[in-house]
Amino acid sequence: MSKPDDRGDPARILAGALGPNGPELSCEECFAQLDRYVELELAGADAEGSVPGMRAHLGGCPACDEDHASLLTFLGTE
Amino acid sequence: MAMPAEIPRAEPGFEPADASSRELHERLNTAGPDREAAVVELHALLLKAARFEVNRRRDSLPHLRGGDHEDLAQQSADDALLAVLGKLDQFRGESRFTTWAYKFALLEAGVKVRRRAWQGREVPLEDEAWVVLADARRAVAHEAETRDLIGALGEEIERSLSAHQRAVLVAVTLNGIPIDVLAERLGSSRGALYKTLHDARRKLRGALTQRGFDLSDTTDRRGDE
Repeated sequence: MSKPDDRGDPARILAGALGPNGPELSCEECFAQLDRYVELELAGADAEGSVPGMRAHLGGCPACDEDHASLLTFLGTE
Repeated sequence: MAMPAEIPRAEPGFEPADASSRELHERLNTAGPDREAAVVELHALLLKAARFEVNRRRDSLPHLRGGDHEDLAQQSADDALLAVLGKLDQFRGESRFTTWAYKFALLEAGVKVRRRAWQGREVPLEDEAWVVLADARRAVAHEAETRDLIGALGEEIERSLSAHQRAVLVAVTLNGIPIDVLAERLGSSRGALYKTLHDARRKLRGALTQRGFDLSDTTDRRGDE
């Protein structure tokens, strides 16, 4: 989300402070579903349809978003 | 938190589990030398993932020496091994076992790197956040609607949120403190702080909507695709 050099960006401030609009997973649910979600993404399947609320959560939680990016990137290198 | 009623199972026809991954999971659930060999094998896989993550974030740790990175990776793999072995019965076979295990190593490494990067650094004060908001307001001085929305956001952060909600929201979203770092300093957890953040955001959305602001354009792009 906010990095030291872009903290003053108005769009980032509003997105960060107001977060996703609508249902989203919790961090615990996100972690529980992350492996399945990423494999579905890599398979080109409908990951968001299978795990509703995951995309919204990744948009609102920078830490889970980084975990998601890590797993996606790591599996991509395997 | 508003949650989907039920998380569906894997789509029909999608078969994520492969034979070698399944076999590793089965061997970990047995007893004797084969299990010991499986644990060693699992640790090697977790270490590979942890090294990947630490290396990926190497730029955020400029003050560390080469051996420190390896130490972080080893600690992450060790902690992930304990977590995986302690939760084996929670693996539901909805992905490859290795994918399921890797996420623990990546999480441990990511959290450790973020915390190490902030070690010894002071968490910015709330006062700094008001400067950030004022700068943002100036940046959109010619866009009346956005300027007014940012001004109202600052007012509602002060007026509508509890002290704890305000502290968490300001730290994470305005001052850029990683939530895992904040959790460590507050003796809390990522999940608990995110719940606080979620509730704070909902309050702010409600208050700003009541004041007549259209918030449909403010969601993070990934959240409304």
